[in-house]
Amino acid sequence: MRFSRISKALGVATVVALAMTACSGGSTGTTNTSADTTKVITAFGGEPQNPLLPANTNEVYGGRVMDLIFSGLLSYDASGKTVNEMADSIDSTDSQNYTIKIKSGEKFSDGSPITAKNFVDAWNFGALSTNAQLNSYFFESIEGYKDVSAMAADGKTAAPTAQTMSGLKVVDDTTFTVKLAQAESDWKLRLGYTAFFPLTEAAIADPKAAGEKPTGNGPYTLKTWNHNAELDLVPNPNYTGPRKPKNAGVTFKVYTTADAAYQDLLADNLDVLDGIPASSIKSFQKDLGDRSIVKAYAGNATLTIPSYLPAFQGEAGQLRRQAISKSIDRNLIIDKIFNNTKKVAKDFTSPVIEGYSDSVSGADVLTYDASAAKKLWDQANAITPWDNSTFTIAYNVDGAGNKEYVDAATNQIKNALGIQAEGKPYATFKELRNDVNKKQLTGASRAGWQADYPSLYNFLGPLYGTGAGSNDGNYSNPAFDAKLKEGLNAKSTDEGNKIFNEAQQILFKDLPVIPLWYQAQTGGWSNNVTGVDFGWNGVPLYYNISGK
Amino acid sequence: MLRFIFRRVLQVIPVFFGSTLIVYYLVFSMSGSPIDALSGGKPISPAVVAQLTAQYHLDQPFFIQYGIFIKNLFTFNLGTSFSGRPIAAIIGQAFPVTARLAIMALAIEAIFGVTAGVFAGLRKGKLFDGTVLIASLVVIAIPTFVLGFVLQFVVGVKLGWAKPTVGSAADWADLTLPAVVLGLVSFAYVLRLTRTSILENMNADYVRTATAKGLSRRRVVMVHILRNSLIPVVTFLGADLGGLMGGAIVTEGIFNVPGVGNTLYRAVLAGEGPMVVSIVSILVLVFVLANLLVDLLYAWLDPRIRYA
Repeated sequence: MRFSRISKALGVATVVALAMTACSGGSTGTTNTSADTTKVITAFGGEPQNPLLPANTNEVYGGRVMDLIFSGLLSYDASGKTVNEMADSIDSTDSQNYTIKIKSGEKFSDGSPITAKNFVDAWNFGALSTNAQLNSYFFESIEGYKDVSAMAADGKTAAPTAQTMSGLKVVDDTTFTVKLAQAESDWKLRLGYTAFFPLTEAAIADPKAAGEKPTGNGPYTLKTWNHNAELDLVPNPNYTGPRKPKNAGVTFKVYTTADAAYQDLLADNLDVLDGIPASSIKSFQKDLGDRSIVKAYAGNATLTIPSYLPAFQGEAGQLRRQAISKSIDRNLIIDKIFNNTKKVAKDFTSPVIEGYSDSVSGADVLTYDASAAKKLWDQANAITPWDNSTFTIAYNVDGAGNKEYVDAATNQIKNALGIQAEGKPYATFKELRNDVNKKQLTGASRAGWQADYPSLYNFLGPLYGTGAGSNDGNYSNPAFDAKLKEGLNAKSTDEGNKIFNEAQQILFKDLPVIPLWYQAQTGGWSNNVTGVDFGWNGVPLYYNISGK
Repeated sequence: MLRFIFRRVLQVIPVFFGSTLIVYYLVFSMSGSPIDALSGGKPISPAVVAQLTAQYHLDQPFFIQYGIFIKNLFTFNLGTSFSGRPIAAIIGQAFPVTARLAIMALAIEAIFGVTAGVFAGLRKGKLFDGTVLIASLVVIAIPTFVLGFVLQFVVGVKLGWAKPTVGSAADWADLTLPAVVLGLVSFAYVLRLTRTSILENMNADYVRTATAKGLSRRRVVMVHILRNSLIPVVTFLGADLGGLMGGAIVTEGIFNVPGVGNTLYRAVLAGEGPMVVSIVSILVLVFVLANLLVDLLYAWLDPRIRYA
């Protein structure tokens, strides 16, 4: 799930005040016996950027609504572990051929039965390029995706050679099989993501209407969508899964700024806010007391140093990256700018993901050591001298806090390495992405990743695999690609995770990006609700919240 | 008179094309493709990019894109936003909210501004005059966002007299607090304009004549002084109405008003050319109409003014 521009700002502003592990419980989870399950919860939200179709929802505000009004084969619990929703079983012996059985008797909110065909049709709809669904690439692992996303010979127009993917087959009403183009041991983990939700037949026949008034199968249904103002969700009586609502509905209020939402929260005019605005980050724990939360989620912040920059190629380039990594005092930045809160990165993934290790061999390159950094830099200069140009870090000004930490990092680099270094501001996230996508950066750029689904591979494959979709720095290392492939071919997720951590050892040497810190979500709730906790992705678990 | 109105309405045509062309070009030249904003840094299938590019004519040169927009405009089809909603519906929802806010703000600044201005002008140098002069200077000196945040925090959060933000209905009651913030700054200007104008006219020949005729003080002030003093004030209010209808981006942001300012702000960030230009075109019309209204008011206020 990607960050919209505004949420990006919030994400950067998020601050961890407690130790990552200690804060996960926080003041939450106390089951109040007098909890009022008849209360409608009001929650912070934004206007969904796209029509509410599973394969077209790729940003956080639409995503939080979709996750409540739809239910996929799986869902993720607060710690990121998968829990069966519609799935009865998902079996595979070779990580390439999957047999999926769904529970019988499940119904959409309109009463129509949910069958294997609803899943297969929805996935085919999402993948077909002419439907222009933003999450289309999520189906790329499935055999036949190449045909539904084929391009015409001119390379400019979409010209699918098939309407459906050959890897999907309906066996009977409750069974379908999936054949992937290649083995992927973590494929199962992604089935809880928005793109994989089922659709009714009516929705596929008229996606425009369905995007405006979706019929789902989740814990809630969308009752009214008052655009740019609010979305009203009420419990879905047909839902039988594990996320049973403990309230009488959720109303998402659309905010343009989190500042306004924070004032509403202080006045008990809003029940749940995730993403405390930068202006209140230093005071929110004092303002809210035990109604505040800081919780790690599956996201991180990095600096990308593109491999297409001449000075950062070959052995000299490798040494230079290591030197820059060692010249940034992450603890000091976290202390002074983020109020001693985020947590220093120890790898390329996130500590809330299963299989995470804080002691991958080579991780010491992330430790601050100015004199070692200078030595590495001099070694690099002995191979090919630095051209005395200014080292820049590109960042978007519209993300709160970006300027502060980029300025701090460039100052540290300047002091440690004795070179010129400065931030390179872009007015908007969009403009920064434009240069990143066109591979036109002239220096490093700030970057970050929030996992779409809780998997180590999701932090590695899409970002550092040769030619991968989000490989902004054009990183390519055959040894790393081979390790990724080996991990995907593993018989189980656990086994795969071990191999993925070995793959990280290669990354620590090459440093395609320089890991900075892990993200955490900040939030708070009003005096009127109880039972607030945030999930693995930093989004509140709305169904668990009750009135007081 | 009718001829005058007709000529003024004709002026709208070049103003309309000129302003839409410029604004469309500005949005067009913003670096970064709107599809980058849509994908938000996540990978996106090249086939999907191709499909979206064709759908929104993003691959066409500037004049073709502008032409398509104008053609659609005259067939009353503003197209859809990237979120798939008809632009006309989005605008139709935002404008009434901003209109309510603007009318309230305008009423506040006009009623309180003119009243206080008259009293201050009539009692020049007295305590009341001094107090409002200083107070208005303070209000002008404080930036709107400071005023907005302070009132929101004090009235909305601490005192709880009003909701800190505007609800989804955006009704009159909800909009009172943001309207006060919006109205306050212009209130100060209106007050000072009225006061100065009153002072000027108080010694005019026709006022002395009216007083000499034995008219009551009340009639002299209301009909002779005030009416003639209102011309600069009305000019200011007319221009202000246009500005208020354009949506006060800062104030709408602070109070989360689902109005034109917020909608425009989001559309600019998303690089949605057609949406930005559609809103701006309507604003152009509002400005022109407001100015026309002001010109017509001149004649009513000052019978010496005639339209040829």
